[in-house]
Amino acid sequence: MEEELQPEYGPKWSDQRVERMLGALVVAMVALLLALIVTVFVNGWPSFAHNGLSWFGPGGNVDDQLNEISQSAETGAGYIYTFHAWPLIWSTILICGGAVIFGLVTALFISVFLIEFAPIWMSNVLRPVVRFLASVPSVIYGLLGVLVLVPFIGNHLITEHQKASVAGIISLTGYSLMAAVIILTIMIAPLMVSIFTDALSSVKPGWLEGSLALGVNRWRTIWKIGVRAARPAIVAGTVLALARAIGESVMLAMISGSTAFAPNPADGLIFIYEPSRPLAPTIVKSVDQLSSPPAKATLFAIASFLLFSGAMFSLAGAATRRAMSKYGAA
Amino acid sequence: MEQSTTDDRSAVEQQAALEGGVPGGVIGPGEGNQAPTNAVEGTSTWSLVDRLGLAFCWFLGLLFCAIAAAIVIYLLVQGIKFLKLSELVTPAAAGFTEGESGGFSDAFVGTLILGAMGISMALPIGVAVAVWLVEYGRPRPLARVTELTIEAIAGIPSIVLALFGTVIFTSTALGFLSRTNEGVVFGRSFFAASSMLALEALPLVVASTREGLNAIPRHVREASYAVGKTKAATTRRILLPTCRPQIATGGMLGLGRIIGDTAIIVVLLGATQNFAPVEGAPFPLDYLRGAGTSLTNFVYEASPTGNLNQPQKAYAAAFVLLLMVLGLNAATDLVHRRARKVGTWSH
Repeated sequence: MEEELQPEYGPKWSDQRVERMLGALVVAMVALLLALIVTVFVNGWPSFAHNGLSWFGPGGNVDDQLNEISQSAETGAGYIYTFHAWPLIWSTILICGGAVIFGLVTALFISVFLIEFAPIWMSNVLRPVVRFLASVPSVIYGLLGVLVLVPFIGNHLITEHQKASVAGIISLTGYSLMAAVIILTIMIAPLMVSIFTDALSSVKPGWLEGSLALGVNRWRTIWKIGVRAARPAIVAGTVLALARAIGESVMLAMISGSTAFAPNPADGLIFIYEPSRPLAPTIVKSVDQLSSPPAKATLFAIASFLLFSGAMFSLAGAATRRAMSKYGAA
Repeated sequence: MEQSTTDDRSAVEQQAALEGGVPGGVIGPGEGNQAPTNAVEGTSTWSLVDRLGLAFCWFLGLLFCAIAAAIVIYLLVQGIKFLKLSELVTPAAAGFTEGESGGFSDAFVGTLILGAMGISMALPIGVAVAVWLVEYGRPRPLARVTELTIEAIAGIPSIVLALFGTVIFTSTALGFLSRTNEGVVFGRSFFAASSMLALEALPLVVASTREGLNAIPRHVREASYAVGKTKAATTRRILLPTCRPQIATGGMLGLGRIIGDTAIIVVLLGATQNFAPVEGAPFPLDYLRGAGTSLTNFVYEASPTGNLNQPQKAYAAAFVLLLMVLGLNAATDLVHRRARKVGTWSH
């Protein structure tokens, strides 16, 4: 950086002192993050220790397990930790995966449109709209989902025949995978759009002009050159959106349904109408039971799973980005 | 040297973006200044697939606009139908029907308190971290670790932050920040919720402030050093005032995040729909140490899946919340536009 100049501004705001103070603050932030990670993992450890790898596996009814866990603190007969999280993990995979796939397609087309094809009046409308959709609080999305989308799906899309066909297993009321995926897509697509448009607009103009000069039309140029050059940023945006989707708790707690059921795609298309409950909403729903030590351990175990998978996605995203940026511009 | 060329390039791009060069069918942002922009190839020569793709673009774009319009109009209609101004000044009361249960004044005031407290913590810390990163940043490894830390904090789900908060704020050492009962610390208070919310807003403030500081060219700093100012004085008197618009933008983005968050508030603040001041504490502290609620928490609880199940009130509160978000968006836009006009040093 710059040459050090000796301070003549009084000892109170001397450079060394300010640098030390700011440095201490920064170190405190790093320490806080480390403390967070350690706290979450240490508190969740008993749950992992008792279940081993079967924590991640299927087996039994998760809701019953959670009840037993939280009640075991009162009986005095020793804590119960048995917990098999697979239905919750599967629901997370289905909902977040679905939302990210739909969101990726939507965001790509919208970004290409915004950067290349939208007339000025359209992009003047669309840009604020995207920003607005990104800033609506998740609880409002949840409320609209519960009061508008869920009843619509329950009353109009699911037929009586379909309801009857699974009546013994689960009741279809509209709280469903479909509602959750639709709303989550609307929530995360704007995030991707803002990152993708930044990347697309920083692709070197010469590359696109070269393609155009060869007679390739604008549509193919932007997809074959622009989108391809922006691939690293597209990966980054998708990973960010995925992390946001996995951490989304309140909206999904309201919409996805409150039973820990694992919808099975092998049952046919009806699985998109089935309710489920991902990991993050499970924490929100069971948060009253934090006073019971085994329940606390279980919830922190879920939280550490969320933290860990989020970190893994970021790392994988960073690695892919590095591999791709050899060819990319953005 | 390389630094300065990239600076120039981004300045040119910014200029081009300002003049609306990007969207109108011109390829590449650098060309906004050159005259004939209408000479754009029509779609008549395209193959059917390409034209269908473009049609799909239009469809999605219009769909987004329609969704946004639907959200605003629907909440506007429901809000006008169900919102009574008295609800903003009446606290919630126990009751079975929507007529009996009062308003949500405590939630409204709670949101304001949380926003004020959260941003007053996030703003100074965020600006300080950004200043350290841009102006000091030594040793390099620590700077890299700090950048990673800020990114990581941005990526932590708010529900995990909330759980972390329950551990910190139920510790006996921090009992003075919430209600304590026979040695057991309650852990739910405005202090607890707003400090975790501040953590959530922090990355936005840091990112925006860094952007502002980075946009100030080196010669500005050098001029200040040349007249004998220290780095600290330069930062305080010249750099921070210059990037005030960016700091404001970051603060408002953070504020939006704070008032829109629900998970942290459900876990760390809201056990009730009323203020629950701690007895025996002096005036503002008794409320801040006690549990409370916010608009997001109220909407969550008043929705059909919550404990209150009063959809009409939920609509009314959601409408108020949406108005706040819209206002904040408009303000951010205004400041951001001014920032781009005022904050460019490139000529």
